Amino acid sequence: MTLDLPLIFALLMGAAILAYVVLDGYDLGVGMLMPAATDHEQDVMVASIGPFWDANETWLVLGVGILLIAFPAAHGYILGALYLPVAAMLAGLMLRGVAFELRVKALGWHAELWNWLFWFGSFLASFAQGYMLGRYLTAFQPGWGYALFSLLVGAALCGGYVLLGATWLILRTEGELQKKARAWTKWGLLWVALGVALVSLATPMVSELVRNKWFDFPRTLGLMVLPLATLAAWLWVWVSLGKSDWKPFAGAVAIYVLAFAGLAYSVFPYVVLGWLTIWDAAAHPSALKVTLFGVVLVLPFLIGYTVFAYRVFRGKAKAGLYGH
Amino acid sequence: MDAGDALLLARAQFGLNIAFHILFPTISIALAWYLIGFRVKYARTQDPQWLATYHLWVKIFALTFAMGVVSGITMSFQFGTNWPGYMLKVGNIAGPLLGYEVLTAFFLEATFLGVMLFGMERVSSRVHIFSSVMVAAGTTLSAFWILALNSWMHTPQGHVMDGSALIAGDWAQVIFNPSFPYRFTHMMLASGLTASFLVAGLSAWRLLKAPQDPGALKTLRAGVLVAAIIAPLQVFVGDLHGLNTLEHQPAKIAAVEAIWNTQKGVPLVLFAIPNEETKRNDFAIEVPKLASFVLKHDLDAELQGLDAFAPDHPPVAPVFFAFRLMVGVGMLMLALAWFGAWWMRKRTPPGWLLWAFAGMTFSGWIATLSGWLVTEIGRQPWLVTGILRTEDALGRVPDAALGASFAGYLLVYGVMLVAYVVVLTHLAREGAQP
Repeated sequence: MTLDLPLIFALLMGAAILAYVVLDGYDLGVGMLMPAATDHEQDVMVASIGPFWDANETWLVLGVGILLIAFPAAHGYILGALYLPVAAMLAGLMLRGVAFELRVKALGWHAELWNWLFWFGSFLASFAQGYMLGRYLTAFQPGWGYALFSLLVGAALCGGYVLLGATWLILRTEGELQKKARAWTKWGLLWVALGVALVSLATPMVSELVRNKWFDFPRTLGLMVLPLATLAAWLWVWVSLGKSDWKPFAGAVAIYVLAFAGLAYSVFPYVVLGWLTIWDAAAHPSALKVTLFGVVLVLPFLIGYTVFAYRVFRGKAKAGLYGH
Repeated sequence: MDAGDALLLARAQFGLNIAFHILFPTISIALAWYLIGFRVKYARTQDPQWLATYHLWVKIFALTFAMGVVSGITMSFQFGTNWPGYMLKVGNIAGPLLGYEVLTAFFLEATFLGVMLFGMERVSSRVHIFSSVMVAAGTTLSAFWILALNSWMHTPQGHVMDGSALIAGDWAQVIFNPSFPYRFTHMMLASGLTASFLVAGLSAWRLLKAPQDPGALKTLRAGVLVAAIIAPLQVFVGDLHGLNTLEHQPAKIAAVEAIWNTQKGVPLVLFAIPNEETKRNDFAIEVPKLASFVLKHDLDAELQGLDAFAPDHPPVAPVFFAFRLMVGVGMLMLALAWFGAWWMRKRTPPGWLLWAFAGMTFSGWIATLSGWLVTEIGRQPWLVTGILRTEDALGRVPDAALGASFAGYLLVYGVMLVAYVVVLTHLAREGAQP
């Protein structure tokens, strides 16, 4: 039996991007919620994500890395078409990453400035990612309608990250801040409902390819499992608010997994919608094999020490573990 | 905008990004090992002074590491956008090497960094030291993979043609290509020197404010001592690296020494203004036959000049000047490290010596960047020697997008760099507070 290497790498890339969206999603969400919290709460919020954000962003490098290694033709094409939003996202991630360190090390108005840049960087990166998703799903077609759609997806993804961040804070904090996080979660849920509905309705409208995949009886009936399960997860978050610390976060992650599955189904087997399939864009099998060998070798260790790190920092976050 | 301008802008943008990025790993690779030293000192002595020292330097490391991570993410995007021709031609070799860097190094260092920075009270001393070692191992592994790829671009081997693209024939040959051992050692020592002068310089900065600070005195001595040991090693390894380059990339050496014509008994040009128009050196100050002696260990040996490679030779002036800047700063580092180590054997450092070290805090950056310019410009017009020309790897990003993003990057990098230096000097002046 020969391995379908491009398919394996498409799955790996999907897994890496999903891991990135969920993991960096919660810390970007926490960053966007900063202005709504008091000074002390801000310190607790940053402490709750401090040990993880470096590793979380590494998943982005892995996702883009797999795109580069396994589908080099698509890497140049997609990122070339998304050049400006990518630059905006990178600027956001850079400002934010540095602000992480500087907001506690700078003095006076400088500290205030970095606090603001931490919020702004988180927002800019999130918005740019949503905008890129919108452009990607509409196959980078020019026109105001498509641009407007992409802007809406950008706003919706910000709301989605706020949901992840707020439920993360319910899990990792207590007292007044946790109460606030529950209120933020409701806002996040509304935005996510809007965003998922928007993308689900608009994508088939702008892309015939996607429309044909979803509206093809009787397959459509089977596919209805995805939106129904998403709705169930959404309700689960809402109902478990105030009753459980971990269920809202688990529910929010489930919404992301389901939405991502829907998107993956819409796009597959294309890596550039309607133009390049994963088999067209794949690198030479020799390069894929040697990389797969590394993945298989390293992945168990990677999962092992990631679990170790999360176990070390389990429980409620406290301000001032570091930086005082 | 014509193709030449677009090429220039794409290269300038990538060059700016990579130059900005390299500043931070150059410090963090060796600083990670310094931290282990401080941490182990504390574990052995239980002296709160060492703990405070460790806390101070861990803050500096965390900031440096964050700068490296965020500027490094940018690079993973620009490989494809600015140089799509590169990936199409040699992606089957460059891709897996970059992939191994992400898999074996990035996750390792980033994940254990969390435990190292925030976990001191949550894990045992042993596990904490282990986490610090994993971070340091990650930074070093990362350098291993990226320098394997960079060295392969200078001295490619182990590949075979498959249609219009390259694939790897023998990965061991690809990774351990002829220039890799020299370049890797040279870069590791460069990181050691850069971090040592940073440690010494910031400690000196603190001692100028608080002359009695015992922690700063200890770290000053540590930095100076390590620099005094590494600096002569670097001279030796640098020489070997140069001889290796002469063997595999003679055009680069011809540009470094500004040798226009192939001849015997070549003089060493100490200073000149290389003139591309007339193909000779203006205002040259030369030592007769010394270049032949240095490079071939024979006063009358023949050296290939740039004429032997025309028109495919690198621009001479930038390579020539960058090399002299690198060697000049390196020699200054050697002299100051040796003098400082000798002086401080029995005496406390006086103000003027502290000022000298404080002034040299970021000297490693200058030497590293100029060395990088020598090797990268020295490879031109090739991106991968003999295989891919730089102009053939250019992307098709719209000029306006390139221009706008270039201005944006410049602004963000400027803000970040100023903030970094200001915060470092501020932290240093506050010193280690037990």
